[in-house]
Amino acid sequence: MSFADRSAGAIETVGAWLLGLIWILPLAYAVWTAFHPSAYATRFDLLAPLTLANFVAAWEAAPFGRYLLNTTAIVTMILAGQFLVCTLAAYAFARYSFPGKSLLFALVLMQLMVMPDILIVENYRTMFGLGLVDTIGAVALPYMASAFGIFLLRQTFMTVPKELEEAAIVEGCSTLGVLWRVYVPLARPVFVAYGLVSVSHHWNNFLWPLIVTNSVETRPLTVGLAVFSSTDQGIDWSIISAATLMTAAPLLVAFLIFQRAFVQSFLRAGIR
Amino acid sequence: MSRLRASIHASLLLLPAVVLLAAFTHVPAVRTFIGALYTTPRGNRPEVFIGLGNYRHLLDDPVFWQAMANNVWYAALTIPLSVILALVMALAVDARLPGRAALRMAYFTPTVLPMIAVANIWLFFYTPGYGLLDQVLGLFGVAQTNWLGSRDTALNAVIAVAVWKEAGFFMIFYLAALQTIPHDLREAAAIEGASRFTFFRRVTLPLLMPTTLFVLVNAVIGAFRLVDHIVVMTRGGPDNATALLLYYIYEIGFRFWDSAYAATLTTVLLAILAVLAAVQFLFLERRIHYR
Repeated sequence: MSFADRSAGAIETVGAWLLGLIWILPLAYAVWTAFHPSAYATRFDLLAPLTLANFVAAWEAAPFGRYLLNTTAIVTMILAGQFLVCTLAAYAFARYSFPGKSLLFALVLMQLMVMPDILIVENYRTMFGLGLVDTIGAVALPYMASAFGIFLLRQTFMTVPKELEEAAIVEGCSTLGVLWRVYVPLARPVFVAYGLVSVSHHWNNFLWPLIVTNSVETRPLTVGLAVFSSTDQGIDWSIISAATLMTAAPLLVAFLIFQRAFVQSFLRAGIR
Repeated sequence: MSRLRASIHASLLLLPAVVLLAAFTHVPAVRTFIGALYTTPRGNRPEVFIGLGNYRHLLDDPVFWQAMANNVWYAALTIPLSVILALVMALAVDARLPGRAALRMAYFTPTVLPMIAVANIWLFFYTPGYGLLDQVLGLFGVAQTNWLGSRDTALNAVIAVAVWKEAGFFMIFYLAALQTIPHDLREAAAIEGASRFTFFRRVTLPLLMPTTLFVLVNAVIGAFRLVDHIVVMTRGGPDNATALLLYYIYEIGFRFWDSAYAATLTTVLLAILAVLAAVQFLFLERRIHYR
């Protein structure tokens, strides 16, 4: 390797690390603040005492336990709904021919551009009409039929060899039996990938839950955090930082442990 | 299986998806178009058909134009910045750098945080005087700045947050694409005497085009549909300097409860997304090199 090449390489390494440093800085600052007494929130002293008091204060100041429960319920409900609804629809699109199929599929794909996140006013009216405002169901319902899920599973189901299906029918499987015994097991990696993407998307979702919930019993973590940091706290950044990290922690820890699975899933099922 | 039976089975399988999609996507979209032609019912005053009256109001609404201009600027900066940075990150992590696993994690971590958490972190980071940004700039003698409170800097400050959050996400797609580029291509180019830059421009970049398209589409959608950080960081302020279209819809719909005007604004947003979808389909698809 020539000298020019080597020095270019060195510059690139330094540049990449500088960018990485800039990238991690805001988060590192929040971590520093959350684990130190308020007095050190903005003063850097390597010998500053570590403390968990900010986390305790945040946990006691707002019902984060309840919020966590709500988020878990919402995410589970959406995922279960998506798996059921999208699997059935994807199977129909992959293996059946019926009149109007391509038109219907185009209508489904429209949702990739016109997602429920944009139709907030009308969807709120619908939920109001159904008497579902301020329920966990209202947060979950609009996302259950996901065009992306249907598309992704259809692509996967189409790669399943027809012979397997025929063999299953000869063995006496019903339509749903074929789907459950042949297609679903073969698509398992896609279900895992789609599930991870869906969970991390809806764990972080904010605007729609903000609109449709207004009590402690239904609010997810994200909305709870926003309410907490805008009203209760004045500006005690140590406690707000602790609350922020607490909210992000479950997903963040899961990501750090299952990094490879997360990245693979995002690659496989990129958009939601 | 007879055709009739197949059709019945198919419709039963599709029923839940069709009902849900219609209820929360198609019907509300149509109702939005229709609602935009009426006044908002208030108290005991029922809604009245006013044709294009809401659109006339829209054309005269300075806040709408401000939100449009903001959103165009927001998209025009967020999209190229996050896509280019994503590519740079992917190239960096793809090269045999020391500590690249840690580096990849540093780039990617912001994408798993909720936007609300990100907004809080950056609110603190931007705090005038004692936020980290001002502290660091203070070392270089830069005066204290109210990044989010001043009309001149607020929108760009919000853009920085969006870029920070998105770039790492797009990076993984570039990284995956880079890893599929065969090594003998690089060797062949080296034998032909192509410089690294020529190789990048003539080989790598064209091969990454499908990924770029995919990433671009996502970035564009993101620029119009993600306003969580606006809600927490600026509430559209100061003086509407950071109001994006969807945020303005939220404000009109849920703070002023003017559903007809919110429907009008939503129609505009839907039209923008439709145009973008058409551009993507008709124009970009053809210019992409597919293997």
